[in-house]
Amino acid sequence: MKDSPGLHLKTYVLIFFIVLFAPLGNVLLSKGMKGIGSAKNWVPGDIFHVLASIITSGYIWLGIACLLTFFVAYMLVLTWADYSYVQPASSFSYAVVAMLSYFLLGEAVPPLRWIGILVICVGVFVVGHTHPRSTEEP
Amino acid sequence: MPEFLFLFIIVTAGTGGELCVSRAMKVVGEVHDFRPAALVGFVFRAMRVGWMWIGIAMMTLAFFSLLAMLSIENVSFVVPVTALSYAAGALGAMLFLHERISPQRWLGVAIVCAGVTLVWLSRR
Repeated sequence: MKDSPGLHLKTYVLIFFIVLFAPLGNVLLSKGMKGIGSAKNWVPGDIFHVLASIITSGYIWLGIACLLTFFVAYMLVLTWADYSYVQPASSFSYAVVAMLSYFLLGEAVPPLRWIGILVICVGVFVVGHTHPRSTEEP
Repeated sequence: MPEFLFLFIIVTAGTGGELCVSRAMKVVGEVHDFRPAALVGFVFRAMRVGWMWIGIAMMTLAFFSLLAMLSIENVSFVVPVTALSYAAGALGAMLFLHERISPQRWLGVAIVCAGVTLVWLSRR
């Protein structure tokens, strides 16, 4: 198996984009949806009203823009790295989303949730010490 | 109760969609040229792969379920619990993409899942 030049560097750069833009997108979506509220009874009329509010929300569109940036970075990294490597490695985004929700949205994050997120990051550390491409190319 | 349905859709449709996109990316091939014109060409090549469209459809379904879930619960709870997809993702990568997953990666995925369990327990 032969690596292209800078395989690890470009993998880490794109994973940085993934862990930044995915949480930011989710926090913006949360801000938008908290303003819109949930459908009361999940009947078609309520759902249509919520959908109409979604497509006119600036926060939702900003969130979508961030998630599209994340998605392009995600697609690029998947052209050379294993899915089973990229998915766990990108889980740093769980720590980032908790921090952003605390600082930007003022959400209360209980200690047990922080511990859970820390454990997730330990799992990420373990995964991060495996080679990005463990599958033989055809 | 609807939050359980939304979580199920986020995990299954989201993971299925990512697996389809990953399969499409392997068809497109590794990207070596990061200039804007080359990236646009890359996107067009990706859009000609059928798996890409199946993946996008499934991820769209997962996206609207995520929006519904975010209207009910806090984002610091919703996003971490969707990491339930890790177990499904590793299994799917092995079975669907025929990727070889090392024992160390399985260990990492298991630790991540333990963290997700703690986050779930933090729900009030």
